[in-house]
Amino acid sequence: MNIPKDKLMLMLERMWLIRNFELKVIEAHKTGEFAGGAHPYIGEEAVAVGACIAMRDTDYIAGNHRSHGHPIAKGASLNKAMAEIFGRRDGYCKGKGGSMHLADFSVGILGESGIVGSSVPIATGAALASKLQKKDFVSAVFFGDGASNQGACHESMNLASVWKLPVIFICENNQYAVTTSYKSTVAVEHVSDRASAYNMPGVLVDGQDCIAMYEAMTEAVRRARAGEGPTLLEGLTYRFEEHSLGLGKIRRSEYRTEDEINSWRKRDPIVIHEDRLLKSEIASQAEVQHVRDHTEKLSMEALEFARKSPWPEVSELFEDMWADKTMPIP
Amino acid sequence: MAELTIRQAIQRGLEEALQNDPNVFIMGEDIGKYGGAYAVTSGFLEKYGPKRIKDTPISEATFIGAGVGAAAAGLRPVIEIMSISFSLVAFDQIVNMAANLRYMSGGQIKVPMVIRAPTGAGAQLAATHSQSFETWLAEVPGIKCVAPSTPADALGLLRSALSDGNTVIFAEPAQMYGVKGDVPDGRFTVPIGKASVQRSGGDVTLVSYGHGMRVLHSAAEDLAKRGIEAEVVDLRSLSPLDMDTIVASVHKTNRALTLDMARRTGGIMAEVAARLQEAASDWLDGPVARVGAEDVPWPYNRELEQEALPRVEDVLASLKKSYGI
Ligand SMILES: Cc1ncc(C[n+]2csc(CCOP(=O)(O)OP(=O)(O)O)c2C)c(N)n1
Ligand SMILES: [Mg+2]
Repeated sequence: MNIPKDKLMLMLERMWLIRNFELKVIEAHKTGEFAGGAHPYIGEEAVAVGACIAMRDTDYIAGNHRSHGHPIAKGASLNKAMAEIFGRRDGYCKGKGGSMHLADFSVGILGESGIVGSSVPIATGAALASKLQKKDFVSAVFFGDGASNQGACHESMNLASVWKLPVIFICENNQYAVTTSYKSTVAVEHVSDRASAYNMPGVLVDGQDCIAMYEAMTEAVRRARAGEGPTLLEGLTYRFEEHSLGLGKIRRSEYRTEDEINSWRKRDPIVIHEDRLLKSEIASQAEVQHVRDHTEKLSMEALEFARKSPWPEVSELFEDMWADKTMPIP
Repeated sequence: MAELTIRQAIQRGLEEALQNDPNVFIMGEDIGKYGGAYAVTSGFLEKYGPKRIKDTPISEATFIGAGVGAAAAGLRPVIEIMSISFSLVAFDQIVNMAANLRYMSGGQIKVPMVIRAPTGAGAQLAATHSQSFETWLAEVPGIKCVAPSTPADALGLLRSALSDGNTVIFAEPAQMYGVKGDVPDGRFTVPIGKASVQRSGGDVTLVSYGHGMRVLHSAAEDLAKRGIEAEVVDLRSLSPLDMDTIVASVHKTNRALTLDMARRTGGIMAEVAARLQEAASDWLDGPVARVGAEDVPWPYNRELEQEALPRVEDVLASLKKSYGI
């Protein structure tokens, strides 16, 4: 596939944005600048970025508890994301949603859920809206290998297939659900093997390679827009960090070997993409360095922005519970 | 007598059951090698093996439903849900199956099962992760529901739950696992359906359960400074409810306050207040004072979450309003 340079560079930039952002989140959590849970996306950046770059701004995505990377990959503001994680008023959700519920509707985020599997039907429903309104937007949902065992996930795939909905199911198989290996909870070898049961294509993709993700997603999006129905993509990937920050009691445990962690760390999605850009002389060392510096600067700014943002007023507790005006059926 | 934490008390109860009955097994997410999100089953896998300590897929509806089936067919399942917030995914199995099977089958099918789950808000986990669904489940006939606030009650209630013969929801206050207390030796039990008077006093009856007990005890301290002696009652059992203990206390105090750390509308404390009006209105010097969490989805921001949660000041203000004390 011939991918224009600006897209290739955008992939690099978005991956670095996520990486640097997450590093700041981890730091800020360590120093106690925010409490509450957070689930770092480091190591899995290529999945979200490859997929989102293959989508349009007008397309929708839904995420899960590990969803700092998804909005950023879709082009959301770093500042508001950080402010939300800090529980500030300038966050996307005015400090009410937090890390597990980051939603920037302006870039098509349908919301995230701390309940494993519960966003999968939501993306399916957005695809239904596209189809019934004869629009050409598609929707995609990111969910984990663990989530792939929830009923809602299976039910969504079946429904989307029988109704031929323009939705792409993206399983981020980072191989563990908290500490449980997917090999002990998923009966087939690959989550994508399940697609045949729903009569849709199932594609196993190298989740450390943003171009592989981009290409697979491009075909899935084409199919969806052409009215041919859903696709199940499985990005095989790895989370480099622990399951979560802060959910206090979640301790370190020996569920993954050092060897395994190290061998996956060697397959860093950012390094893979950078090396490729440099080797094929698509980008110069200086250009690559610029992306690093620039994204570091933006994440630093996000941190500053979050720190300066005001806390919500206690009087805002009941705001945004109800529609502010009626929506009469004409 | 030994000093244990609530976590250790629950561990003791579970281990006894595992040791004494080969039909007992535990299943849930990450309970094996990892020992559970709150470390309650820590070390169990090594001691009791993978047939009895089973890590499940993230499929709550199915592993709770499977617990019902396994219980009906002769096993004694203990299920850990990582948080009671996640029980929603399995409500059909709990509410329609576990609770109804015995009755619907004319008594043929028995479901002796314990469902353990940490519960409660206050850790900045926001709307999807901070629920207290024991207060919904307490309304369902056919299952019982308990929530300990001390280590002795945790062990005593768990023993009763394990041998009850019905499905029992065992709600564990998520922020109290480390609370220490004396636990008697020997196989004492705490009966399901019996409240406990944790502090005696003749001036006002304060009732709650779980996390609410902490708030009530500090409120009682504040009141004592003003010479008002509060009687502090822990429901312990949300279902069945022990109104006798509460009504007897009100006969003494003529004043009552209910505190719910879950949302104030509906829920078990609203039921307690309603039953008090029925059973003791002649004894009350004013309307039952009610304090509960605000009727709002749990917000993430700390200040907002604390604002939504009931505090000692709310308890005191509510008493002032109802009884002028
Ligand atoms: C219904 C439900 N059950 C359990 C949990 C607790 N929990 C949070 S994340 C998680 C693991 C999810 O694994 P996976 O879907 O593979 O996503 P990953 O964290 O690996 O990205 C679990 C069990 C939850 N949030 N919701
Ligand atoms: Mg996973």
